[in-house]
Amino acid sequence: MNNSDISSTTREKHRWPDAQGRYGRYGGKYVPETLMYALDELEAAYRETAEDDAFQTQLADYQRHYVGRPTPLYSAKRLTEYLGGANVYFKREDLAHTGAHKINNALGQCLLAKRMGKPRVIAETGAGQHGVATATAAALLGLDCEIYMGSEDMERQRLNVFRMRLMGAKVVAVDSGSRTLKDAINEALRDWAANVERTHYVLGTVHGPHPFPMICRDFQAIIGRETRAQLFEAEGRLPDMMIACVGGGSNAIGLFFDFLGDESVRMIGVEAGGTKIAPGMHAARFSGGSLGMLQGAVSYVLQDESGLIGDTHSVSAGLDYASVGPEHAYCFEHKRIEYTSASDQEALDAFQLCGRLEGIIPALESAHAVAEVIKRAPDMAATDIIVMNMSGRGDKDVQHAARFIAPGEDS
Amino acid sequence: MNRIAQRFQTLREAGQSAFIPFITGGDPSLAVSEDIAVALGEKGADVIEYGVPFSDPVGDGPVIQEASLRALKQGVTMRGILASVERIRKRSQTPLLLFTYYNPVFVHGVAAFARDVANAGADGVLCVDLPPDDAREYRDAMRAHGVSTVFLAAPTSPDKRLALIGEACDTFVYYISRLGVTGEKASLSEHLREAVVHVREKTAKPVAVGFGISTPEQARQVAEIAEGVVVGSAIVRVIAEAGGASDTTQRAAAFAAKLADAVKKA
Repeated sequence: MNNSDISSTTREKHRWPDAQGRYGRYGGKYVPETLMYALDELEAAYRETAEDDAFQTQLADYQRHYVGRPTPLYSAKRLTEYLGGANVYFKREDLAHTGAHKINNALGQCLLAKRMGKPRVIAETGAGQHGVATATAAALLGLDCEIYMGSEDMERQRLNVFRMRLMGAKVVAVDSGSRTLKDAINEALRDWAANVERTHYVLGTVHGPHPFPMICRDFQAIIGRETRAQLFEAEGRLPDMMIACVGGGSNAIGLFFDFLGDESVRMIGVEAGGTKIAPGMHAARFSGGSLGMLQGAVSYVLQDESGLIGDTHSVSAGLDYASVGPEHAYCFEHKRIEYTSASDQEALDAFQLCGRLEGIIPALESAHAVAEVIKRAPDMAATDIIVMNMSGRGDKDVQHAARFIAPGEDS
Repeated sequence: MNRIAQRFQTLREAGQSAFIPFITGGDPSLAVSEDIAVALGEKGADVIEYGVPFSDPVGDGPVIQEASLRALKQGVTMRGILASVERIRKRSQTPLLLFTYYNPVFVHGVAAFARDVANAGADGVLCVDLPPDDAREYRDAMRAHGVSTVFLAAPTSPDKRLALIGEACDTFVYYISRLGVTGEKASLSEHLREAVVHVREKTAKPVAVGFGISTPEQARQVAEIAEGVVVGSAIVRVIAEAGGASDTTQRAAAFAAKLADAVKKA
């Protein structure tokens, strides 16, 4: 293999977002005026860090010694054998410190907050992983931290609430609306507007107003860069297919981004199919959504014909969101990434199968990606390679999952 | 000239400030909101901000969030609000400014929305989460139908943005008197006077001040320094406390009359 095979061509082929934060007709910057200056200030600070060697060195140092990067690219042989088709690899983001990919972005943004002289960070969280990651990075860097979490999600993810509090973060229950991720974001935006002068909002996914989708993508793109190098070392070639679950879409973009320029790599994003693709029963924006603007960005949105945001449902709190990152909407329109969904039941089945065959309990979010692997791999050749992002570990979900499944019992 | 511009001109000639009350359309019901709107006009409102309920009001504090939720529970949508404006217009000539979030406008279609707003008889639109930067198409559509566009200016807006905001507003600028979301506040910022002078200079437009004004005394203070005084949450709270009783309109009107009186005395 020569070096040209290994290097990414994505940045030349995929120059988004533009100066207005647009990915084609998606994205943008739709917030009340109070926050516009903060977004401009954030973008300027972020662009400075891209050229600041000291910042990049510090980030790389934390990634290696604190987060534990690079995370392994693991050949899931028992699952591969069981499915009888493509060779399945897991990118083990579940082994990153705090147990999910969320730390990549949270750490980057908290370093950025520190650099901007903001002593306080706030964040929203759904499954709790982004909240835990932000609380962790805030503890590491000595920042005050407040996490907004829907009270429904606090119930589903009690363990993560306790973890955040252990690390000194204040967890604020959000009782408005559907009491899930979307409402936590609304409340975080309100807090940010009131305290913008001394607070940075660590938005946890590739959604929200520009520059958040870009910043989060860039901090997560390390997943794909590592995967490229690791797969070349293991197999000497590109994968045939990549699979990741998509809530806001940060772990998926993180894995896919470096490969967007490689046309031979098929990419599949898996949304939450919930109990049924019918209003209020799922979170599959590309199946049931339409063009809209929610929380700062134009994208696909689950909404009614009046533009009121619809209720969503998923067994997985991290995928339970009414919109999706604008870059995903752009890749959907241009057919660069295919989107499908896995139902609650399929995710729960995959959750168990993965534990039994690989000794890895995936997060319920990541279990949606495993469900897609289970569907795809058997129809592919034994020489084909699938890389799936094991975006998080399932420890946080065991209490919640125990309501639905009884391990060891045939059902 | 549209009614909002007309009213601001009349007030300027009289040396008075505009009293701009806000109510959420559909709280407690569209019929009562319409009665309240008509009564506000009779009690001295110069422009009525008619709030379009939205599922995710990120710019609002608890009082208006809850009002929005009550209206949504009755099934009030953008179309319902436009029909309501049409009914108000048959009973009152007070200038009406729709206060909305952008998504219902975006989903309606910006051009169709401008046309429907004009046909219903509303005079202006303020989209809380649409900054002027990305609003070219929206402004053109509104102007083509004679609908006034109002944008927010904030304490965090640097001079460059104030210039952009001033250019985007055709009649007046809505200055958010403090950081944060809508809601009542015990005292006003000591620096409000300087801030208003600065915003007026940089936007080159009359300034209406809102967010946090809740008493007649505060309204009077603001009227001394600004061309317009917006009172939202305090009125919405009076309506909420009436709990849908038959005298809801009278209570809201009585409170508004005190505010209007304070603004006009300044």
